[in-house]
Amino acid sequence: MKFNRIKEIIGFGLLILSAVLVVLILGIIIFDIAIKGFGAISWGFLIDFPKEGMTKGGIFPAITGTIFVTLITTLFSIPLGVSAAIYLSEYAIEGRLTHIVRAAIRNLAGIPSIIYGLFGVAIFVQGLNFGTSVLSSGLTLGLLTLPWIIATSEEALKTVPQSYRVGALALGATKWQTIRSNVLPYAFPGILTSSILGLSRAAGETAPILFTGVAFFLPRLPYSVFDQFMALPYHIYILSTQHHAIDQVKPLAYGTTLVLIAIVFLLNLAAIIVRYKLGRKYYLK
Amino acid sequence: MNFKKIKEKAIYIFFFLTGILAVIILLGIFLMLLINGLQAFKDVKLLDFFFGTVWNPSAYEESSYGILSMVVSTFMVTLGAMMIAVPLGIGTAAYIAEIANERIRDILRSIIGILAGIPSVVIGFIGIVLVGPFIAKVFNLSSGLNALNGSILLAVMSLPTIISISEGAIREVPKDFKVASYALGANRWITLIKVTIPAAFSGIIVSIMLGIGRAIGETMTVLMATGNAPAIPHSFFDSVSTMTATIAIEMGEVPYGTTHYYALFAVGAVLFLISLGVNLIAELVTTKYRGRRT
Amino acid sequence: MNKLSSLIKIKVLILLFVIIFTGCVRKGVNDTFIQIKGSDTEVNLVQRLAEEFMKEHQVYIAVTGGGSGTGIASLINKQTDIANSSRAMKDEEINLAKDNDVNPMAIVVALDGLALIVHESLPVKSLTLDEVGKIYRGEINNWEEVGGSDLEISMYGRQSNSGTYIYFRDNVLKGDYSPKVRRMNGTSQILEAVRRDKAGIGYVGIGYIIDDQGNVKSGINSLKIAKDENSPAISPLEPENVISGLYSIVRPLYQYTDGKPKGNILDFILYELSDRGQEIVVMEGYYPVSSAYIKMNEKLGIKGNEF
Repeated sequence: MKFNRIKEIIGFGLLILSAVLVVLILGIIIFDIAIKGFGAISWGFLIDFPKEGMTKGGIFPAITGTIFVTLITTLFSIPLGVSAAIYLSEYAIEGRLTHIVRAAIRNLAGIPSIIYGLFGVAIFVQGLNFGTSVLSSGLTLGLLTLPWIIATSEEALKTVPQSYRVGALALGATKWQTIRSNVLPYAFPGILTSSILGLSRAAGETAPILFTGVAFFLPRLPYSVFDQFMALPYHIYILSTQHHAIDQVKPLAYGTTLVLIAIVFLLNLAAIIVRYKLGRKYYLK
Repeated sequence: MNFKKIKEKAIYIFFFLTGILAVIILLGIFLMLLINGLQAFKDVKLLDFFFGTVWNPSAYEESSYGILSMVVSTFMVTLGAMMIAVPLGIGTAAYIAEIANERIRDILRSIIGILAGIPSVVIGFIGIVLVGPFIAKVFNLSSGLNALNGSILLAVMSLPTIISISEGAIREVPKDFKVASYALGANRWITLIKVTIPAAFSGIIVSIMLGIGRAIGETMTVLMATGNAPAIPHSFFDSVSTMTATIAIEMGEVPYGTTHYYALFAVGAVLFLISLGVNLIAELVTTKYRGRRT
Repeated sequence: MNKLSSLIKIKVLILLFVIIFTGCVRKGVNDTFIQIKGSDTEVNLVQRLAEEFMKEHQVYIAVTGGGSGTGIASLINKQTDIANSSRAMKDEEINLAKDNDVNPMAIVVALDGLALIVHESLPVKSLTLDEVGKIYRGEINNWEEVGGSDLEISMYGRQSNSGTYIYFRDNVLKGDYSPKVRRMNGTSQILEAVRRDKAGIGYVGIGYIIDDQGNVKSGINSLKIAKDENSPAISPLEPENVISGLYSIVRPLYQYTDGKPKGNILDFILYELSDRGQEIVVMEGYYPVSSAYIKMNEKLGIKGNEF
């Protein structure tokens, strides 16, 4: 009996150790970046353009570039993704076709990001002749985000009780009217939350934008969607690997990393706040 | 009356089209990879491609397009990553599901959520500035940019997936199982090991498969931190070049329409098929043991 | 609420059209924009030159790296105005360009010497060119074979998209690299790596190993290179050695354009070759264009130091 008790203590101890290790990993990462990156952060760092071959100055164009390309991603993936989710949740009849569609979504979610990059080069940069641009990169990132948006939006739609739909239909509303007035508004918080999360992932991606439009040294901001752009994740990549004065710019790399993580963190926070505030408003979950 | 019906039908068609979009995209990606990749085999022999160990498209003498080394490298870092992430992940999942109280559970879930949101380039950066030098110091190596570094970083990236899905699987084990086990005199640990986890096995396998998929497909992390040596690795302390890293490095340097260009798509096709395979296994496990699935 | 969601959708669609439409209008109006892509060896030099040039001219110059291979591919794919390349274009590449209606013209804007760097604690101070080749081909594996201690040689190099990689292979190795060479993402990474590696050796542009004060950077040493066993070992640190050709690993840094350069592109290239431009070249750690290359540029109608 006692032996079993000892086993239990050791066993549970190991489990606690695992959890502690995972927390420690995150802690080390965040602390290292925060401590070494904090020194580089200043108002100038955020507002200025890079100077003297990126060894001084700021990352303003990278921040705006990331925002710009994420905007394109949003415009492309959210309407399409939510619409696809509406189809799956409201219109589709469960059968072989929906089985295939859902399988396709699951598989798309698992495809390596560099493959999306290849696809972007072949279709957007070359095929549709958009060239290396914000548009090409935004669309590529949009494809990457689409499976996530579809899956999570469908989840949100599913949480709306069936009675809401049935009630509206009983009153004579058409299917679309029902969806618009009795389903969508209640799924909205969930859709918004997961969209924000999905977009925060897109903002941090590097591989899909590598060959579809990002650049390291651009003297001005992109004027149109057909221009190239700078982006935070690519900036970090170059500063830490290919730059000609890696030692000198290491603090800048840390600073850029801190800014990127801060943005991702803020977006995650926004998603959580949206979930609480709007969720409460509609008396759901 | 008629107008309304037409409008509803049009709306239905719109949503139907967006619905099958995912299938179209998946097929599109596959076709693009296949069509471009196959063109490489005009100049490269199939056997050389799949079993050649030397990938040297811009060689001094003869170009060679063998992917074996990079396939081995990919599997090596993935295996290493799983050796770290699986025990750690399942252990943490068990902790969250079985032992932790409500507050700790929420805190841990948020922490794992944050870990999941860290961009891959940041993890790669940490590999260059923190983990790599650490490995070099501890093992007295000249450079910490090797397969071990890659494995550790990939483990960090797969952990959130493994933890959250395993946790879900463990929680879904019916309470009756546990109650019955306690009734027979087993303590919590024995119940966990001999009853709960085996019952959650299929879910745990799914989480591992998805974690593997994540590790295989990771690009930036391995590109920055594994040293990129094209030789077949003999140990975890060797520098390796994975399939994803090779594509990422060389895609920028190939003029469109060359054999090298098409060969990279062929590598992409192999990668695509491997991730499809991993996903398929995950789905088979799910349908076979869970019963209910869409 | 139903009005809200459809209103949002309409607004979104309008925004989408506006953005894409303005994009369409802007496309093609890019006369004052010069795109330069390519060699990582040249990228910071050309960036510097571009920065200075832009101070006095109303032009936008975007300079990105990616390696000489990337630059050449971009030129062939008509995605750049100038391709920086630290190696000459291969015949296949020139043919591909011509197939695509691109006519590559080479201009030499600077000279670059490649130094072999090792960890500062390494007792080996010089090597012959042949020994360097053997090391990187994998035929010599241990430092004791060339006068050092029993330490396995740890090699660092660039990736295949780098002109430096190709140049070093074609001119020093004259054969293929050993698969054990670690392919770093850039010159700086090679420097960092050798600094930490007691058995390390790497090839980098000479400009990279000298700091702002003119001293060799800490942690590394550059090897003296002898042309063959009977020649003296020459240090890459004396500029005269490099300019005169006494130091054996020197190469021209090219820029390729589609056809003869005109307009803003020509102005920029002339600026690079002017006295002020060549001053910047030297400041950045490279060497001014020697007479042989001035003659070559002249054939294109570009008079060496005229601006």
